[in-house]
Amino acid sequence: MKASNSQWKDHLVGKIEPGLASEIDAFDSEIALKKQGKMEDKVFAETRLRRGAYGQRYDNGQRHDGLESRRLAYANPNTKGPTTLWDAPGMQRIKIPFGGLNATQLEVMAELAEEYSDGIAHVTTRQDIQLHFIHIEDTPAIMRRLGAAGITTREACGNTVRNVTACPLSGVCRDQAFDVTPYAKAAAYFLLGHPDTQDFGRKFKIAFSGCGDNPCALVRIHDLGCVAKVKDGQRGFEVYVGGGLGTVPYVAKLYTDFLPQEELLPLAQAMTRVFARLGEKKNRNTARMKFLVVKLGLDEFKRLVEEERKLLTPDPRWTSYLDGIENEQETPLRDPGLLQIENAQPEDFRAWRETNVYAQRQAGYATVTVALPLGDLTADQLRALADIARNYVNETVRTTVEQNIVLRWVSESDLPSVYNDLKAVGLHHAGAGTITDTVACPGTDTCKLGISSSRGLAGELRMHMAENGAAGNEAIKNLRIKVSGCFNSCGQHHIADLGFYGVSRNKGGFAAPHFQVVLGGQWTENAGSYGLAIGAVPSKRVPEAADRILARYTKERTEGESFQAFIRRIGKAECKKMLEDLMVMPLHSEDTSLYSDWHDPREYTTGDMGIGECAGEVVSPLEFQMTASEREVFEAQLAFEAGDIPKASKLAYDSMARAATALLVWHKSFYINSPDGVVEAFRKEFHDTQLFFDPFAGGKFAHYYFHAHELLGQERTAESAHRLIEEAQLFIEACHSCVGRMTAAPVKG
Amino acid sequence: MEHVNIKIFAEPGAQISLDEAIPVFHRWIQKRDLPELLIDVTDYSHVIAGPGVLLIGHEANYSLDNARNELGVLYNRKAKVEGDSLKQAYDAALTAAQRLEQEFDGKLKFRHDEVEVTLNDRMLHPNTEAGWNAVRGELEQFFDGLFEAGHYSVQRPTDPRERLWVRARRTN
Ligand code: HEM
Ligand code: SF4
Repeated sequence: MKASNSQWKDHLVGKIEPGLASEIDAFDSEIALKKQGKMEDKVFAETRLRRGAYGQRYDNGQRHDGLESRRLAYANPNTKGPTTLWDAPGMQRIKIPFGGLNATQLEVMAELAEEYSDGIAHVTTRQDIQLHFIHIEDTPAIMRRLGAAGITTREACGNTVRNVTACPLSGVCRDQAFDVTPYAKAAAYFLLGHPDTQDFGRKFKIAFSGCGDNPCALVRIHDLGCVAKVKDGQRGFEVYVGGGLGTVPYVAKLYTDFLPQEELLPLAQAMTRVFARLGEKKNRNTARMKFLVVKLGLDEFKRLVEEERKLLTPDPRWTSYLDGIENEQETPLRDPGLLQIENAQPEDFRAWRETNVYAQRQAGYATVTVALPLGDLTADQLRALADIARNYVNETVRTTVEQNIVLRWVSESDLPSVYNDLKAVGLHHAGAGTITDTVACPGTDTCKLGISSSRGLAGELRMHMAENGAAGNEAIKNLRIKVSGCFNSCGQHHIADLGFYGVSRNKGGFAAPHFQVVLGGQWTENAGSYGLAIGAVPSKRVPEAADRILARYTKERTEGESFQAFIRRIGKAECKKMLEDLMVMPLHSEDTSLYSDWHDPREYTTGDMGIGECAGEVVSPLEFQMTASEREVFEAQLAFEAGDIPKASKLAYDSMARAATALLVWHKSFYINSPDGVVEAFRKEFHDTQLFFDPFAGGKFAHYYFHAHELLGQERTAESAHRLIEEAQLFIEACHSCVGRMTAAPVKG
Repeated sequence: MEHVNIKIFAEPGAQISLDEAIPVFHRWIQKRDLPELLIDVTDYSHVIAGPGVLLIGHEANYSLDNARNELGVLYNRKAKVEGDSLKQAYDAALTAAQRLEQEFDGKLKFRHDEVEVTLNDRMLHPNTEAGWNAVRGELEQFFDGLFEAGHYSVQRPTDPRERLWVRARRTN
């Protein structure tokens, strides 16, 4: 904790917007109250989350150090949330609406990264910036210093309207209908702290895109997605609702094909009201808007929103921002230019230019992508970027959902010198938006929920793809790789060509980190469709798995065949066959290397994520049954692909029942045959005892099974069968995790 | 002085890669024989000229640091220190350097002719003439003790946006 914290308040008096300043003062007082024991853990947790102050791995005070699970003995007994220790480091998320940053803001990030964090600012998959290993008592000073630079962390986490994202090219894009920036900005600040957005059961995510085809803004994975459209000379939006990734992904549905611009903010407001009123509050697992839209049906949802719209008291802010909006335009710093002597430039410049430079719709200007490895950059690099942003452009900088940064309005004639300036600080990585530009959530590095090391794997794949020639292979170089550390999909693995999410597997009493391979997700058309899981491969073997898939595609694709089309054509069974031998784990006694994760030599365990009880036995019959249930859910996918919905549904259900039975036999030596009996016993032994509860998701996965049982025998639509398969997959993963928790060694002091 | 950081530089030609520090730091956590509460290891070896690999602790972080592409061991004191904070940080950095030398068995060696002190708090220790004058006496006394008065040169940041750091190098 910093000795200077209290001084920042006086120092910055009058330099922070008054509303924001009093917001931060209030949080400062809440910290004091919490320290005096005058605030409940739960309340304090939500209040800090709403200010972007997140918990971090091991903040429950226990960690497996590779030899045993131990308590992290902080002297301070205080907590900052249920089971969250006061002194344990946390993460601060900083909201960057539409990713827009100026040079001063970059410099402030540098200061904060150095003084309070680990020297690194991290760009997230929703255009935010995060600092890790932050002490809770430093957060008000951090917020004040950001506030003085015009940035708020308010509602960066928690059950709120999260960062409003937009394509980083809006305004300079060749394909856009118009620049969505001012609309994204207006929506962000209109909804920030708005009374109608304070009572959600869950987060609410909004994105804007300048066009329907390009993926930059991913509108279709959002609660509310707006695509710019001009109709009869009038500006407006094609609006999508109810999308979201997370455990089971939902593609957003078309709400209207044209919403006039004047109606944008009133619609958003009406929608947030309906969500606040009718959205689920008790069970966070079904609280996202996607569930509400499905529950009510799109027509009913629409009717309610329209009704709500009529009840709203007109607000001048709905339209005041529209005055002169069409003339509002970023300006360049330098005259347009032409890059004339490209051939005279060195090879590394040319390679960089090919992937990292985008010719703007404004002739003579380009947008430069600064490709950040795993979204990370140092304080020195931030300051150098601030200089570049001042020297070459009018501080027109944005973060991207691919965890990069773009510099807009670079005169083409300046490209060689911009490149050299970037190179001087190690920010000249080529390959932006290609197979080497891997995306990853924080995973086991800092996230409490991480199962496998997503950053470790993404870093490894980034190097691997650069070294094995993938970056130069025309067939595959533009494919996207995205990695999540668990099923929550913060790394957006569903919408990658090659997606991976972390799972664990047990063999002979030992746990091993794995990744589910998710193939054929769609990144184009604003993330219009999702991939399905093929099977789990040990973390360390994922690069080899990726190589096989890519080699096969390179060799066997037909003329013009996309990766998605290829995966569809050869089918998932064939894909799995390619990887099957990699999925077989050697025993721990034969090869320990697969029982630890990338860049983390500790013997792998998920036991320190929650308190486990010691069973400590060899679990082979269980493994056998679990493997069989995985096979069943896989066969369900095949049946689904073949269009046999009833068969797919039955197999998916059976796979859940089999996994449930396997757990019952293992834990209680129960042998029951009837489906009702299994559900009943499972509920009693695993659900009601909370043994099955995921530390974060609680009983959610058990409910997938119970729900599927309730609907047993009913006919399913393709969409609901697809979901059932996803749910079955997750239920099986949860069975694996449950065994992992129950067999983990107890925590030592 | 508060939040003192000390960096001791590696001799040129170290034959290790940054990520080799990962298992080393994990071992230090397992052994629990450093005075700080050690929490976790974090890896930024993929970042050029960055903070390298860090051993995050409650009172302080240790790291195999590579800022400005200069390899070294860095001790970053976060918590308050009773007594001489410079000496505390220097001793801690030196201990870490000695341990790393042992761990890497000759493949990594540290130089003792140069040291960098960073005061990691712009409010308490601004990178200005006033900020420098406020700590100058104490720092010079410390460097005199290390290198002998008059036998070292001192370097300070040219970019006012950086933290107040001072680098002292033995001259003969
Ligand atoms: C303590 C760590 C975290 C927790 C507990 C957490 C929790 C979750 C959960 C439960 C979901 C799925 C819920 C849903 O979409 O309905 C989710 C999705 C997501 N999270 Fe996180 N998250 C964490 C860290 C992060 C971080 C660090 C990032 C940014 C890098 C992030 C970005 C996202 C994104 C982009 C999604 C995709 C969902 C969407 O847009 O629909 N999360 N997170
Ligand atoms: S996907 Fe899982 S591991 Fe990754 S950040 Fe989200 S919750 Fe954490």
